[in-house]
Amino acid sequence: MTAMQAMPPSPTAPAETVLELRELVVRTQSSPAKTILKGISFDIAAGETLCLVGESGSGKSVTSLAIMGLLPKGILEVARGEIHLERQALLSATSRQLRDLRAQRVAMIFQEPMTALNPLMRVGEQIEEVLVMHQRGLSSGQRRERVLDMLDQVQLPDIERVYESWPHQLSGGQRQRIMIAMALILEPRLLIADEPTTALDVTTQQQILKLIKALQQRHGTSVLFITHDMGVVADIADRVCVMRHGEVVETQPIEALLRHPRTDYTRQLLQAVPSLRPRPAREVMSPEVVLEAIELEMRYGGTSRWQRLRGQSGTGKLAAHDISFALRRGRTLGIVGESGSGKSTVARCVMRMIAPTGGGVRVLGKDIASLGRAALKPHRKRIQMIFQDPFRSLNPRLTVGASLIEGPVNYGTPKAEALTRAAELLALVGLPEDALERYPHQFSGGQRQRIAIARALAMEPDVLVADEAVSALDVSVQTQVLALLADIQQRLGVAVLFITHDLRVAAQICDEVMVMQQGEIVEYGPAGEVLGAPKHAYTQSLMLAAPGRHWDFAGFKPLDEVYRAERPGVSLAR
Amino acid sequence: MSPISSSAPLIGARRLRLWPAHRPGWAIIVAGVCLALIAMAAVLAPWLAPHDPLQMSPASRLQPANDTYWLGSDAYGRDLLSRVLYGARVSLTVGIGSALIAVVIGLPLGILAGFFRGLDAVVMRVMDGLMAIPNVLLAIAIVSLTSANLWTVMAAITIPEIPRVVRLVRSVVLSAREEPYVEAAISLGSSLSTVMWRHLMPNTLAPLIVMATYICASAILTEAILSFLGAGLGTETPTWGNIMSEGRTYFLIKPSLIFWPGLMLSLCILSINLLGDAARDRLDPRLNKRGGER
Repeated sequence: MTAMQAMPPSPTAPAETVLELRELVVRTQSSPAKTILKGISFDIAAGETLCLVGESGSGKSVTSLAIMGLLPKGILEVARGEIHLERQALLSATSRQLRDLRAQRVAMIFQEPMTALNPLMRVGEQIEEVLVMHQRGLSSGQRRERVLDMLDQVQLPDIERVYESWPHQLSGGQRQRIMIAMALILEPRLLIADEPTTALDVTTQQQILKLIKALQQRHGTSVLFITHDMGVVADIADRVCVMRHGEVVETQPIEALLRHPRTDYTRQLLQAVPSLRPRPAREVMSPEVVLEAIELEMRYGGTSRWQRLRGQSGTGKLAAHDISFALRRGRTLGIVGESGSGKSTVARCVMRMIAPTGGGVRVLGKDIASLGRAALKPHRKRIQMIFQDPFRSLNPRLTVGASLIEGPVNYGTPKAEALTRAAELLALVGLPEDALERYPHQFSGGQRQRIAIARALAMEPDVLVADEAVSALDVSVQTQVLALLADIQQRLGVAVLFITHDLRVAAQICDEVMVMQQGEIVEYGPAGEVLGAPKHAYTQSLMLAAPGRHWDFAGFKPLDEVYRAERPGVSLAR
Repeated sequence: MSPISSSAPLIGARRLRLWPAHRPGWAIIVAGVCLALIAMAAVLAPWLAPHDPLQMSPASRLQPANDTYWLGSDAYGRDLLSRVLYGARVSLTVGIGSALIAVVIGLPLGILAGFFRGLDAVVMRVMDGLMAIPNVLLAIAIVSLTSANLWTVMAAITIPEIPRVVRLVRSVVLSAREEPYVEAAISLGSSLSTVMWRHLMPNTLAPLIVMATYICASAILTEAILSFLGAGLGTETPTWGNIMSEGRTYFLIKPSLIFWPGLMLSLCILSINLLGDAARDRLDPRLNKRGGER
């Protein structure tokens, strides 16, 4: 394995250094001062993409803010170190110089393009404003031409119409394109992208990444790309800088890093990335169907009670249509799809948070789709939910113990008994017993998700519905929570309906997978078939868009090599 | 890797401190002291007051400030200081009482309206109707229809304030009921009353405390207005509004009849509002760091 040593320098990266950070120390201005960045050093060459990778709290965003000179005043300050942009020291620059520098030579794009755009201004005018401020002497006609040209470069359709649009009329991907156009219109030397695709669907994400790459090559811009997603890193980075707790753990060219991580931390980070290859099928535990949906339909708005009485359906939005599936005891069914595909609607119908407008939901053979509040109560016990955001799914004013016993007490368990059981459950999910007395804000995100799982298990349910239950967690924590779910499933035989947009997670934990698009099922079958050899074009496009799909992170080599090793002589053109 | 051991250590205990960590600004301290003094004056009025506030003495009408009448006397020879001190009793009772009643009635109405869409339509239209009538006008109408005593005056002042509480609570409940932990409680089989009382109601407390201080201040002012207009408690009862109303006639001869109750009224309301602002700054999650270490 000598590829790393022999790897030629990237052709797009000449030696000239655009950005240079030397021993940057940032700390809080509180007393006692807390050091956030403990001496960060790296540099970016012209035309190069450097990925800053790390879990939450590693200091990657603070680094980008420090470069932009945007550290929140009175809260964070640079204590030591240097930042040079094209050999100009940024930290000693006057605020006027900094402003010019920020505008002309560095640009930044953010995670959430809706909040970064002014909702009260047409997008074309917003881009034009940048030119008005920083390129005096252009006539309004020339400015408009420049903006239209930029809109064309970021591959927006129908640019004349987009120019006149308001931000809310555009999709998330289109808004991110606008942000990129705005960032690049002054042809900056450095583009800082802070998780620019995290809020986007995979297919949109892939388009945006390609776009950034193409524009970078055309203009020779350097990119500092901040992300937590190793897949994205594998796709776009030239070099990678891994951060942890405010320190640089290691900096390496991408291929070298993926093949031979130097530190244990990077190794763990890579191993925590779930593989896109479906895991081997598990044995069927029991033939008993615990949850069944039959031609489930959910239409939001449009149908009045009067119309329903007369058997008519209105003109509302069909969020889920003709959804049928069966979930057996101890199995995991994954519902996969992009935002707006209706997967969460299905979860809410199954949980009976909302009443489906058609079809049936059977829990242990009993249809609960049209039951009223009181009739529903005995069945609620059988099916429990784990939510996406662990910071909002626990009542902040109740102790963990009070949250855990709420369900059992509702169903008549004496309080003392429920508390004993709650302590056992905490042990089961790997938390100390004294957690019972504490409040949710005293726990980290991963720990809260464990508490939420314990709360659901306290009901001894037959079905767990996990709606994006690990999406908000760092990869290493994600792995732990997924392992915990699998372990619980083995021990208690609970069935899991797992809703996710992450194909990697789906491939690792699901027995069956159901792919949804615009409220309908496009493909449904064993995970090995649906994700291993997708038949439907939409599933295929999802698989193709998955970032880092050519790389086996946990094996530290490209998938090509894995396949070649498994089946000598067969080359897979994946 | 052990799958079920949690890696991150438990974050240290951090509870909401009721006593502020930083010394509050001087304005707030002054306001607090001011309000405390007024409250003391109200509670201790029978002991502090040098004279009976109702004791008329025609011989010493409109006396200037002297050794007997520290702030002078009014047109009936009653001691102004004693009347102002006793006036604080009425004002604070009406203020605190109205705020409490408005919260006690408005909170459940607001929670129910926020939770049930059908009820919402009815309750909120009634509230809109109430809000369309000017507060003082409605209060005068209610007092005129009944006999004026402390309770009717308090009711007359409270009723126009209730819609503000209901609207506030309803809006908080509307957003809080979308929180995942509320949905979790529903799926845990909690009864609606548990969901409303245990999971939704606590969210409303912080803004409600702030609202209550404003209602308190506004009730004190409204009571003074009613008394001044002669629609409040009988003129024999010493209230700040009554004292000013009677003093109006003699304003050119003896302005202190208006000055002292007026000063007390202004100080009282200013203090309550300042403390309300301080409470808002402390309790508003947008101005405060959100719970937890994120």
